[in-house]
Amino acid sequence: MADTFRLNGKDVEFKPGQTILEAARERGVEIPTLCHLKKATPTGACRICLVEVTGSRNLVSSCSTPVVEGMVVLTDTERVHRTRKMIVELMLGSGRHDCMVCEANGNCRLQDLAYRYGIAEPRFQPAETPYPVEDENPFIVRDFSRCVLCGRCVQACNEVVVNRAISQGYRGSKSKIVTGGDEPYHRSECVFCGQCVEVCPVGALTEKKARGKARDWETEKVRTTCPYCGVGCQLRLHVKDGKIVKVTAVEEAEPNKGRLCVKGRFGYDFIYSEDRLKTPLIRENGGFREASWEEALDLVASRFREIIARYGPDAVAGVSCARSFNEDSYQMQKLFRAVIGTNNIDHCART
Amino acid sequence: MFFVIGSNMTEAHPVAATFVKDAVLRGARLILVDPRRTGLADFADLHVPIRVGSDVAFLNGVMNVLVTENLYDRAYVESCTVGFEELKNKVLEYPPERAAEISGVDAGTIRAVARRVASVKPAMLMYTLGITEHICGVNNVLSCANLQMLLGNVGFECGGVNPLRGQNNVQGACDMGALPNVFPGYQRVDNPQARARFEAAWGVEKLPEKPGLMIPGMIDGLVSGKVRAFYVFGENLANTEPDIRHVEHCLASAEFLVCQDIFPTETTRFAHVILPAAAWSENEGTFTSSERRVNRARSVSVPPGQARPNWWIFKEIAKRMGHSWESNSAREIWDNEVSRLAPSFAGIRYARLRGDGLQWPVPDEKHRGTSYLHKDGCFTCGLGVLKPVDWIPPAEVPDEEYPLVLSTGRRLYHYHTRTQTGRSEGLNDLLSEETADISRADAEALGVAHGERIRVRSRRGEVVVRANVTPRVPPGLVWMAFHFREACANWLTNPAYDPLTQTAEYKACAVRIERVT
Repeated sequence: MADTFRLNGKDVEFKPGQTILEAARERGVEIPTLCHLKKATPTGACRICLVEVTGSRNLVSSCSTPVVEGMVVLTDTERVHRTRKMIVELMLGSGRHDCMVCEANGNCRLQDLAYRYGIAEPRFQPAETPYPVEDENPFIVRDFSRCVLCGRCVQACNEVVVNRAISQGYRGSKSKIVTGGDEPYHRSECVFCGQCVEVCPVGALTEKKARGKARDWETEKVRTTCPYCGVGCQLRLHVKDGKIVKVTAVEEAEPNKGRLCVKGRFGYDFIYSEDRLKTPLIRENGGFREASWEEALDLVASRFREIIARYGPDAVAGVSCARSFNEDSYQMQKLFRAVIGTNNIDHCART
Repeated sequence: MFFVIGSNMTEAHPVAATFVKDAVLRGARLILVDPRRTGLADFADLHVPIRVGSDVAFLNGVMNVLVTENLYDRAYVESCTVGFEELKNKVLEYPPERAAEISGVDAGTIRAVARRVASVKPAMLMYTLGITEHICGVNNVLSCANLQMLLGNVGFECGGVNPLRGQNNVQGACDMGALPNVFPGYQRVDNPQARARFEAAWGVEKLPEKPGLMIPGMIDGLVSGKVRAFYVFGENLANTEPDIRHVEHCLASAEFLVCQDIFPTETTRFAHVILPAAAWSENEGTFTSSERRVNRARSVSVPPGQARPNWWIFKEIAKRMGHSWESNSAREIWDNEVSRLAPSFAGIRYARLRGDGLQWPVPDEKHRGTSYLHKDGCFTCGLGVLKPVDWIPPAEVPDEEYPLVLSTGRRLYHYHTRTQTGRSEGLNDLLSEETADISRADAEALGVAHGERIRVRSRRGEVVVRANVTPRVPPGLVWMAFHFREACANWLTNPAYDPLTQTAEYKACAVRIERVT
């Protein structure tokens, strides 16, 4: 007989070791979360996932409490909702949460929760944060006035990408997410993988390069494969008006399972560089002059034909590109083998 | 259990490294073999700092212990492999004491490595260019394979011999036959049946049967006159090949050089014609990752100016040389040609490349892909071949004139010759110049301070670069990357090659350091 517990008046099964949150979600019972980060050790930091457990004097955080046989859990009571609303109000009072000018507007758990609990007016006077915005590094803006100290970034840094650059620092109203020695990111152990930004549920950590470029709802999200190393990470391009404004990871995707590195996350804008080659060029008088495709391609084909006629096909050689598509390499080797008539085709396969 | 050798994963494959680190936090063991104390060393149970270029001796020493202490997987070796006696005789020539003398790690450590790696099954061996970029690169790889077969670790999930590929589609470029000896799907050009298949598909009469030149032969051929026309697609050879001065001399000698690229590079300076290509995110296609996973890259932006997709450019040249190719998109090329011509990809069609893609071999359209090869030790070639190999020193070893070893590689914030990362806002701010990473002991002996500009000189050239004095580099070693033109390690590296693969010995040459006064 499987283990069961009572969830909102119904006896349901659970797997030993499951938290209340996991067991409830498996049953389609929705419990809001904010600090919860899948596959990381639950911290129960934000308390938004509180539920009632019969026999327990206090509400318990469902993300960090394991289910036990016969437990009676209520997720949808007036007490639960009143408390959650209070928690959201406290968070809203913990700093500067002015959505209009926040990068995270439209992609913010706190905003979603405030909307859900119908919080129109701030109940508490927002506290002044003692820490200024840190944006000296090229990629990540740390706005401590928007931080709700949920600790997701700390979990991601230490338990997911294991770069161990940040942790919870100080105490009480001085609490802050810190690097070693509380140095700014660029003078710390941080390797700018941006996983902290990826998991930040509010506007405390945002991409500097994306600042002011687009609201979340304005961007089309397109899945693609990273143009750097051979791991093949799956990226989500955030595209507005035909331009990438931000890159995030595809959660749960193979092979990277929602993780990226500094190049994959922040190294996308080279394609918009003014240095790009924009037209065919032909060498002339020691320099290059612009040419049409017709002229350039005719020249390549005729010079190849001449050299083949004079020296044979093996006098032509080619190197393909290990960063371009399969289809491009296929075409190039086909050109060399079927058209030019040589196997002199290689690429940097071994380096 | 991980056995990582010659791989600076936290910088060159950071996301792969996160999975290794995660596993270590959850109890996996990690043995790291690398001359430098690289990032993963902080997570390793055992960091084994072998001398540059001593891999075969070290691995033979480990296998010697496995054999003499009877720690190897006898049942696996007997049922799944051939050549054990020959391998045994060879590794018996490398008792730990001898291996220690060559590799610079003590015999006790070699014994400890053997005992530890034999204690967990399966163990996953991972390597990168620290193994291949030697004149004995092939032998280094064979040694890794020997070790894993001896341990009975090939053919299992979380086992195997796993090279981490350096570039997003270096696996795919191999798969597609951009190699001098094989058609797409590794069908050999000297095989008449393979040629017949491609002749029929491509509508040509006689495909060449003689394997072609590899890159070093092509470059040298520009001077000897063997190669008259050279077509360089998306490679910056003038920075990436060893001995830049020589390479540039060769490129300048080309009778006709075509470069197809997205940026002007040090190489395009030598071109007669430059063709502007569409970049990543400007056209559609597929990449194949280190784990043989074929997945799509999608188009979201318009190429600048007249830049066109690479496949289109090749097709247009073919047309002007009298060949009319039907396929008119990357999708058509894959679906109508690649997957029909290469049995390993037969089951891969664009329509199936949703979500996480497919890992080849995918023999038919019902097949769901292959996550690891040689399942349960049933090798695709029949039996696994244990191939004894001997250690040889690098082509150039330190001497009185050039007393230090230079080894090269990649750094976290840049990629290759920075054509991409140098033009992505912010990355230059995090790493704006090359350094020569040296040990404290060498810095003190030479009177060099951290951050001081020094001259690094080899028989090929010299660069002036800041010294980065770091505990991660052992005495006797200088470590540099090839990201920055002025202080590119390839002004110094030695154009000596593995005889079979023609891979250059980027990982070892002799240099000396001078103070810049």
